[in-house]
Amino acid sequence: MSWVLALPILIPFMTAVLAFLLRGSRMGDLASVAGAVASLGVAVLLVGVVLDRGVVAGQVGGWQAPYGITLVADHLSAAMVLITAIIGLAVAVWSLAEIGPESSRLGYHALFQSLLGGVTGAFLTGDLFNLYVWFEVLLISSFGLLVIGGRKQAIDGAVKYVTLNLIATVLFLAGAGLLYGATGTLNMADLRGAVAASPDQGLMTLIAMMLMVAFGMKAAVFPLFFWLPASYHTPHYAVSAVFAGLLTKVGVYALMRVFTLIFVGDIGYTHEILLWVSLLTMLTGVLGAAAQSDFRKILSFHIISQIGYMVLGLALMTPLAVMGAVFYLLHHIIVKTNLFLIAGVSRRLTGSSDLYAIGGLYRSAPLLAALFIIPAFSLAGFPPLSGFWAKFVIVRASLDLGEWLVAGVALLVGLLTIFSMTKIWAEAFWKAHPKGRQPALADLPQSARWQMMVPIVALAVMTVAIGAFPSAFLDFATKGAEQLLDPAAYVAAVLGEARR
Amino acid sequence: MNSLILSVGARFLTGLFLLFSLFVLLRGHNSPGGGFIGGLIGAAGFVLYSFAAGVEDARRALRVDPRAIGVWGMAIAVLSGLASALASLDPFTGLWLILEDLALSTVLVFDIGVYLAVFGAILTLVFALEETV
Repeated sequence: MSWVLALPILIPFMTAVLAFLLRGSRMGDLASVAGAVASLGVAVLLVGVVLDRGVVAGQVGGWQAPYGITLVADHLSAAMVLITAIIGLAVAVWSLAEIGPESSRLGYHALFQSLLGGVTGAFLTGDLFNLYVWFEVLLISSFGLLVIGGRKQAIDGAVKYVTLNLIATVLFLAGAGLLYGATGTLNMADLRGAVAASPDQGLMTLIAMMLMVAFGMKAAVFPLFFWLPASYHTPHYAVSAVFAGLLTKVGVYALMRVFTLIFVGDIGYTHEILLWVSLLTMLTGVLGAAAQSDFRKILSFHIISQIGYMVLGLALMTPLAVMGAVFYLLHHIIVKTNLFLIAGVSRRLTGSSDLYAIGGLYRSAPLLAALFIIPAFSLAGFPPLSGFWAKFVIVRASLDLGEWLVAGVALLVGLLTIFSMTKIWAEAFWKAHPKGRQPALADLPQSARWQMMVPIVALAVMTVAIGAFPSAFLDFATKGAEQLLDPAAYVAAVLGEARR
Repeated sequence: MNSLILSVGARFLTGLFLLFSLFVLLRGHNSPGGGFIGGLIGAAGFVLYSFAAGVEDARRALRVDPRAIGVWGMAIAVLSGLASALASLDPFTGLWLILEDLALSTVLVFDIGVYLAVFGAILTLVFALEETV
């Protein structure tokens, strides 16, 4: 049982070693893709096991919980692992066209795979300190990926990114230390009971707030988001695509895990803060995007506003709302990564990411335009695409609670998202290129064309499929939300029936 | 840095740091210590040497590319965790080989891997920083 939980973490690291040893050669690039395929295989296996048996747990090194490091997979974790593997494979293939021999020799593929390993580890761990370790792994590999482009601008973005993330990490570590001092355990399932039984509930709320700030910074919520638009538009497009898809979602996942499993003692306080934070996040993100004219900067600000929806689902804390958050998380990763990949192709074709300096893609690259429409409209919440169902569930959940303001903000932000997407559409696709160029997909070398377009088409197909057949995915998300709101199965799987 | 005291002292201290890092690594099994802290101490020795003699000399004294050390360390750590699959145990379960008074285990191999990974990663970062600054 433990192996199916450990392999999704181990395979990316083994791939990283292999890709580093073969770096700079074609074999190294292919090793990365092969590793991504293997990761996808184990992830599918893991989801199968979870669907079959419910929550599964394994103990690393055979040390029983709560003393050893526990790996746990419930519906949410398993789905996140699967989606990480999907994004990993898509971007690994796409990278083949963008990442030149220079970045490859510097160890791009090794860093990329360690990043995937770190993300997967964070989704699977059942131990708070181990989660911290995975955050560090993520931070180190993402720093490497940010600077590997090597331009001055990239270093500038990377320094902001690392400084702010280090602050978050230190806060997390301090919170974990206090928690260990107060309860004597860091196993998350064990913490649920220990925190509830603690005589000092004030301290527990304090620790909850420290972790909220730490994870909130990672997730880029208001007012801690400013590192994200400062750094996401500088590195290679493949790097920003995988960052946009996965990195902030680790923060959201950590918030969802900790504020459903551990800190549920003072929901009126903690989740009220999350509610206001989420509303402000949605609004500032979407308004920030309206002021931008760079393809990737607009998309970066939209990550922030979309994070707001997920945190909103968590803050409302009803079964429907949490289900919406889970569904939103899964849909968003696919859509956002795809938009960044499309931005990369558009940059390659037109030579710039400044929307005012490019144009004409609708006429000269109609396939790319059609493929842009799918994730862009999904992001804005057009039926019948995946984003419609995600927004629908969240808005419905807030209406059920009589939170008219919340529902109103959620709908308004959706509307403003359309504004930004039509801006990209009008500038990059519709209007003629200012210099009269006709950037066509046929200009790309044939291999690059396939390597770039196949992942984009695959992700777009997934977006359409989730939108067209939402019930299977909504059922899955419902099950995930049930497990989050009633973690008895989670605790039992980790600690065994006896200590339930 | 042009300091006679530092450059003479560093030659002596680097060796001492490395020796101490090995001591901490081996001590780590049952007492405070282990691969992570050992790797940090060992890396500190070479960092000191690079301050005194320059990065180029430090790289030459190290003989191996620090990135390669780090990656091989990671490989050793991961493989030691996989070894327990052969005995169909949980991942990273320690396997023991007891020879008279000497107890060898995959846990030690894991720690050596961590030592090398930390050692290589820190030196990669510090050397790169010193070269660009």
